[in-house]
Amino acid sequence: MPDKPKLAFYWCAACGGCEESVVDLAEDILFVVDNVDIIFWPVGMDFKKSDVEKYADGEIVVSLINGAIRSSEQQEMVQLLRRKSKVVIAYGACAQYGGIPGLANEFEKEEILKWVYEDSPSTYNEEKVRPLIKYKANGSDVFLPELWNVVRPLNKVIDVDYYLPGCPPSSKLLKEAVLVLLSGKLPPKGTVLAPDIALCDECPRKDTKPTDLAFTEFLRPNLHNIDPEKCILSQGFVCMGPATRSGCGALCVGGNMPCTGCYGPTSRVKDQGAKILSSICSNVEAKTEKEIDVVLKGIPDPVGTFYRYSLAGSILRKKVSI
Amino acid sequence: MSKTNGKIRIGFYICHCGTNIAGTVDVQKVVDYAATLPNVVVSKHYKYMCSDPGQEMIQKDIKEQELNRVVVAACSPFLHERTFRNATSQAGLNQFYFQMVNTREQNAWVHLDPEASTEKAMDLVRSAIKRVVFHKPLEQKTVPIKPDVLVVGGGIAGIHASLTLANAGKKVYLVERDPTIGGHMAMFDKTFPTLDCAACILTPKMSAVKNHPNITMWTYSEVESVEGYVGNFKVKVKRKPRYIIDDLCVGCLDCIEACVYKEPRFYDEFNQGLSKRKPVYMPFPQATPQLVVIDPDTCIWFKTGKCKQTCVESCERKAVDLNQQPAYKEIEVGTIIVATGFKPFDAGKVYYYGYGTYPNVYTALEVERLINASGPTSGEVIMRDGSTPKSIAIVHCVGSRDKNTNLWCSRVCCLYSLKLAHLLKEHTHADIYNFYIDIRTPGKLMDEFYTRMAEEGVKFIRGRVADIYPDTSDEEHRRLVVKAEDTLIREIIKVPVDMVVLSTGLVPRDDANDVRRLFNITCSTEGFFIERHPKLAPVNTFTDGIFLAGCCQGPKDIPDTVAQAGAAAAEALALIDLGYIELEPNTAFIVEEECSGCKSCVPLCPYSAISYNEEKRKANINEALCKGCGTCVASCPSGSIKQNLFEDEEIYSEIDGILNYEIYEEAVCC
Repeated sequence: MPDKPKLAFYWCAACGGCEESVVDLAEDILFVVDNVDIIFWPVGMDFKKSDVEKYADGEIVVSLINGAIRSSEQQEMVQLLRRKSKVVIAYGACAQYGGIPGLANEFEKEEILKWVYEDSPSTYNEEKVRPLIKYKANGSDVFLPELWNVVRPLNKVIDVDYYLPGCPPSSKLLKEAVLVLLSGKLPPKGTVLAPDIALCDECPRKDTKPTDLAFTEFLRPNLHNIDPEKCILSQGFVCMGPATRSGCGALCVGGNMPCTGCYGPTSRVKDQGAKILSSICSNVEAKTEKEIDVVLKGIPDPVGTFYRYSLAGSILRKKVSI
Repeated sequence: MSKTNGKIRIGFYICHCGTNIAGTVDVQKVVDYAATLPNVVVSKHYKYMCSDPGQEMIQKDIKEQELNRVVVAACSPFLHERTFRNATSQAGLNQFYFQMVNTREQNAWVHLDPEASTEKAMDLVRSAIKRVVFHKPLEQKTVPIKPDVLVVGGGIAGIHASLTLANAGKKVYLVERDPTIGGHMAMFDKTFPTLDCAACILTPKMSAVKNHPNITMWTYSEVESVEGYVGNFKVKVKRKPRYIIDDLCVGCLDCIEACVYKEPRFYDEFNQGLSKRKPVYMPFPQATPQLVVIDPDTCIWFKTGKCKQTCVESCERKAVDLNQQPAYKEIEVGTIIVATGFKPFDAGKVYYYGYGTYPNVYTALEVERLINASGPTSGEVIMRDGSTPKSIAIVHCVGSRDKNTNLWCSRVCCLYSLKLAHLLKEHTHADIYNFYIDIRTPGKLMDEFYTRMAEEGVKFIRGRVADIYPDTSDEEHRRLVVKAEDTLIREIIKVPVDMVVLSTGLVPRDDANDVRRLFNITCSTEGFFIERHPKLAPVNTFTDGIFLAGCCQGPKDIPDTVAQAGAAAAEALALIDLGYIELEPNTAFIVEEECSGCKSCVPLCPYSAISYNEEKRKANINEALCKGCGTCVASCPSGSIKQNLFEDEEIYSEIDGILNYEIYEEAVCC
């Protein structure tokens, strides 16, 4: 009996939600286990880097890598996995566009370290100790990974074959992706393994959206009730649905919350945040400065609203202090 | 075997434009640089690219060098894009494989530093060369043009345009807001510089309009809405109730005689209030059509609901209908001529000239009526106080060339002031003083006219009038003192006169902005409609198929107005006789399977070209309505609307080119 195809999972700068989504396969995971050999999955089983190193280049059929890249360790690991794998899939919003960790690009590295190790209210660190990349302990050198200046999506560090979008990707998409890979009928390189149409297409509230949308203000879901029947955007809450790839089944809208854009843009769009901004601004009714101020008041954190998952992979990429 | 072999082969040409471009931009340097760029196989400069040899050079290279893309750096695309597209297409290449770079208006003409200007030219050229690679062959679509024409405004401009078109066999709808056509010209006595009688020239044209089988004349009517696009406008016209049945009224005026008001007592618009009219009235004896009108603002029946309705009784033909309602007409036309005219400057705004305060201060238009044989005084110059003036001051530039009112020169005031000087002298033998800043009499026979007036003994004082006030030495305080600095002798002078004539300028109509919106044309800040190009397209607007004639475009005299009306008619005819219009293929389109039906684009289209298909649950763009403005393209949140000539890769490559992006990328990565 020939060996089953070898599969690796790895996580970088991520929250662990993507790993959860694998477990979310529930009984379908048995199907996966039946058909593939999981040879590396640090979250689920005890593997070491050396376990990967012993494979021949290209011997691993697929590596599913989640999380953004922001440290030397992550970079080293994904470069190793790239070498050993036939196919690399960027799994989830962080690997695809930088995701939530990508929002760190709004700050300089020093600002981040200072906040985390000195200024944050829960920190007690009188001597202002910071982690060192290298120090001597018991006569030998000990290393820690270095934090990079910039958070990067996976494809800025290694060559990526396919993308599974989402925060996290739905287990349906994962299952479909595994089936495609097992079938051997591989889509063109660079394909995002999700429908290439915006979320409104599958949104249950699509028909309640008016054709004469005109915003006079924006509301925030933590301060106002959302009508559970009507199009959320038309109620004045920023919903990223029109600028976001479908495939999740409109999960958030189902929970009466606006889409926050985790599936990223369609293949036609270079910059999801710019695109939704351009769209929403076009639909703003306000003409005078005063009216515009009212509208702007409803969006106190534009980057976090429009670039929540895509900042690191966007044209903006990073805030630069000059 | 083809040299192209599926490869992009770009021909690049830069024009010297005499010294316009080459005087500032080092064209040789640009040519040498362009030759180093990817895909460029030909790089040349030439003195006049738009000339025949210039175009032939491109065509020869297309054939011999098997070029499949052409970039020309020259003037504004507005001027010669079409020229080079034609040259490209005549050589057998799709014309949209051509891209133009503006190195004149946007570069050579606005920069002084040759080195920086050359560098900028290189940036612009690189951008176009990167962009043109992604161009696609496109086909221009044609749409048929409806042959009927709408003319808005029945002054001399509208009348002349209507007659020209009607004589050419086209059906014309002439819509006039007032109860009669004729406009301002009908109010004038004589016209400069020939001094022929305005009515003698105008009234035959007015009746020609009324009787022309090809003209549908709707007076007392206004355009309510305009939809559609060149060749296919749908227009709704409101016919205001005249309370007279058009077909029955013969203009016998019996109803006016019978009106319960025995004496006329309301402001007569046509005579500028110098006489009175009744609520039922004929605007003036030669009014066209010869139909009376009932003014509901002054008619006692409409004001109180109580009247014996003697007018109704008096009409044997039963033409008076006090229950008449507005009627709406819907027409389809292919072209529109806007000739909505001007209004005279409100003389009361220059308060120190005392118009409205001193009875013997008149506006020029009032004087036109006063000296007109069919005017309120039958042509005798009798002032409001009953006297005849022995001395008259004519004050030029009232509401013109003044930062406190309007900056522009109204162009006709000097000449009509001279004309009025002549006519007033003829009627009264009074001494006439013209107070002027400069005498402006350009045009055929105009300066000769000025000389003639000077020889007739009209006095000219170079100085803007500072003040006009009652002469205290005159016991009845009838006389006025006109105070000004005579700038030729550098002295303040005070001239006592019996009558003052204010030569008011021409200003846009109050509702010019509404008219602009109605027809989707543009207004300058002062409110005159803007022509597409002052020299290349002087009667066109930025909306295809809509043309301008007369003073709505800017102040002008009657000869110029008529010439412009003729030009507007000719432009309309050119479109109609061609029969179709070629559409620029820069239209937007929705890729149906990519559209999520989010409806964001639907309310944005300024041309109402986007609709939402409830069945398919997708948006749809009507290509014939799309003007290629790109609003929907930029706003489509899923990038599912594309625009020909402006696809993302074309725009991004252009931006990359202008920023020299590869070099930048290298610099930061190392």
